[in-house]
Amino acid sequence: MTYPKGMGGAPDLRALWRKQRERWHRLPDQTRRRVILAIQVLVVVVLAPFWWGFAALVAVFFALYWIPQDLAIPTPWRKIRVRATITPLVALTLAIVYPFVRGGIDSLPGVGPWPQMDTAVIMTVYAMMAVGLNIVVGYAGLLDLGYVAFYAVGAYTAAWFASVQFAKQNVHFGSVGVGPTVPGIHISIWILLLLAGIVTAFIGVVIGLPTLRLRGDYLAIVTLGFGEILPQVARNGDSLGGFNLTNGPNGITPIDPPGFGKTLHNATGGFLPDNYLAIANRNNAYFWTGLALVVITVFASIRLRDSRLGRAWIAIREDEVAAAAMGIPLMRTKTWAYASGAFFGGVAGAFFASFKSSTFPNDFSFNISAFILSMVILGGMGNVWGVIVGGAVLAYLNQEGLANIGAKLNSNFGWHLDVPLYAPGIFGAILVIMMLVRPAGLLPSARRRAEFEEGVHDQPLYDAAA
Amino acid sequence: MSVSATSEALPAKGLPRIGVMSAIGLLLVALLFVWLAVNLVKEPAAFASVFLDGLTLGLVYGLIALGYSLVYGILELINFAHGDIFMLGSWMSFTILARRFNLGDTNSVGKVIPALIVAMLAAMLFCALLNTATERVAYRPLRGAPRLAPLITAIGMSFIFQNVGLNRLGPAPVSVPNVLSHNAVFTIGGHEYRWYQLIVGLTTLPVLTGLMYLVQRTRQGKAMRATAQDQDAAAMMGINVNRTISFTFFIAGSLAGAAGLLYALYTTNIQYDQGFTLGLIAFTAAVLGGIGNLPGAVLGAVLIGMIQQFNEGLSWHSPGSDWTQSIVFSILILILVFRPEGLLGERTPEGA
Repeated sequence: MTYPKGMGGAPDLRALWRKQRERWHRLPDQTRRRVILAIQVLVVVVLAPFWWGFAALVAVFFALYWIPQDLAIPTPWRKIRVRATITPLVALTLAIVYPFVRGGIDSLPGVGPWPQMDTAVIMTVYAMMAVGLNIVVGYAGLLDLGYVAFYAVGAYTAAWFASVQFAKQNVHFGSVGVGPTVPGIHISIWILLLLAGIVTAFIGVVIGLPTLRLRGDYLAIVTLGFGEILPQVARNGDSLGGFNLTNGPNGITPIDPPGFGKTLHNATGGFLPDNYLAIANRNNAYFWTGLALVVITVFASIRLRDSRLGRAWIAIREDEVAAAAMGIPLMRTKTWAYASGAFFGGVAGAFFASFKSSTFPNDFSFNISAFILSMVILGGMGNVWGVIVGGAVLAYLNQEGLANIGAKLNSNFGWHLDVPLYAPGIFGAILVIMMLVRPAGLLPSARRRAEFEEGVHDQPLYDAAA
Repeated sequence: MSVSATSEALPAKGLPRIGVMSAIGLLLVALLFVWLAVNLVKEPAAFASVFLDGLTLGLVYGLIALGYSLVYGILELINFAHGDIFMLGSWMSFTILARRFNLGDTNSVGKVIPALIVAMLAAMLFCALLNTATERVAYRPLRGAPRLAPLITAIGMSFIFQNVGLNRLGPAPVSVPNVLSHNAVFTIGGHEYRWYQLIVGLTTLPVLTGLMYLVQRTRQGKAMRATAQDQDAAAMMGINVNRTISFTFFIAGSLAGAAGLLYALYTTNIQYDQGFTLGLIAFTAAVLGGIGNLPGAVLGAVLIGMIQQFNEGLSWHSPGSDWTQSIVFSILILILVFRPEGLLGERTPEGA
């Protein structure tokens, strides 16, 4: 349902913007290229004297821009598009070498030092969760306000099977850093990552089956309800009928670290650490592990998106009625979206729990769900790369960026403002501003942007031509 | 969704068949009643007193739930920020009672009554304007956008308001002076029903009646109902749709303001994040009663208030206050799954 423009009273800035953009697109290609190059050079030159590390990073991505978009290497089975392949590889390489160069690359403009290594680990965790939520929100268009529930299930799964929580049992299987006589269940974290994903996906199906029939906003509220119930169960779970399941508000700690064990450690000449906790720069090891998980998540997410299932998700997002008419089983497809999104949330939760070596009910508040949602929205719903950037940037801001900015503001202006305290409000403002100004996100997928501009989503069929 | 809905909607031949889902639903309701009945027989006095407590609390919830229901009825938008506007209403009335009028725990009647009236009006006006402004800034530009877009901005606004409250109230709970008398009105088997409860409960009634009158009898109410039914048709009939929607938000906001004051008086404790929890409880109440349906919102709120008090106050096999939130959200989920149209609502194609 749309109203004639101009009835709202405010000047239509969007139309103005569109007009300028059209003027820009009418310019000859050569002129446009020159302007872009000039701007890029200017940006790098201005940044370089003050923050040369950041300027170099920007320069690398500016350079990648000049690879023609349609340049492709034909191989027997598929064409490999050069820019689309090289850009993520370059980003990955830069991320891999980050722990080595961190000390020597100056600081970030306007914020402070580059992220600490433990912040970097948390950034990978949130990037993974954002990519997982992106499957539900971005691909399938189901607003999930209780994603934190999946994170919690993953974390508690890891905690149950890799700690002394169930002290009556004594099960050991491939765990590192725990003596064979230590009570409790101790299973290798690598197995638990997978197990947490599977358990969480199952929970996703259980939550999804009764609720996915509901319309979008009801579904959002129901997921929010689950997101509130599960942490409360965790909080009260120290005597469920006399059984101590979750250790209540005290949480479960410590949780076993990941590691590759002595055999692999020796076989690779000490390259693979036998136990992450036992090595000096353990945050680096966690960071690389997190990075590997992000790569797997992204790969799976892209393959899912391009699969038959992923195309069905996008069809449902764009028009549920039409999708059903084309023979897409709505319930099954949505449930799969839920399960896949939940899977990655669970893996991320298990990894995070192992990194923090603890899990507490208070870690799982609605704020986290909204926080992950704002990552997806900021980055661009449906676009994996945008979502990763959104996740990394917001996680950094939440973890140390806001504190740095706050300290800077307070010292420069003599304020006494506890900026990190207002993180939820800042992320809330991001949600509002993004929805109003650029609803498809900073790096939108072309398809999603078209949907927002044309407004095909949720329109009744007879209105589609309007 | 439509596929499964049609198969359910087919009229069954012969005896009305009860589906598996409704059977489970009925069983749950039956269990609830059995639990209540056993408690009633075991301790009638406690039951009666808890019942009254729940009724009072439910009426306060009702004021908030009405705000959700009004807005949902007209825009089909879950105004997520409503709970936080209610919280700011509590803050506003606290500021006026404790800072402007310097009320303590014991006050003369001559001072309390004007203070309460001023606080009520200020909180109502403040919340009404805030709610209207929120609609203008955050929801109206998205009127043609996908349905989830305004819901996301509403969540954003909710966090912004919550942080405003955090800035003003601080992270710890703030205690409100006992403005109303805490002496007993009457006693049932050792359980006292106190004056402040009675006053808070009774204050909600004229507000509710006035609102019913406004929506059912006045011209503006007619415009609201027309806009809720069909915005385009209403616009063609000469109704200023934007103004009607703004008016609805104004009314919803003023109800939140009134609820803010009454809640502060009732619990004598306010906190910056009360809006989130109470907003969800009130939303549950609105859904329970049938969202968009005003008497339903009040009925749902009273039921939720009672369930909460029963859960926290009864002695036989009650889960206790640790589980209140889980119970309320379970009710929300069960209602949405089994009877999305609520107790008093009509079955709509979107609901199922």
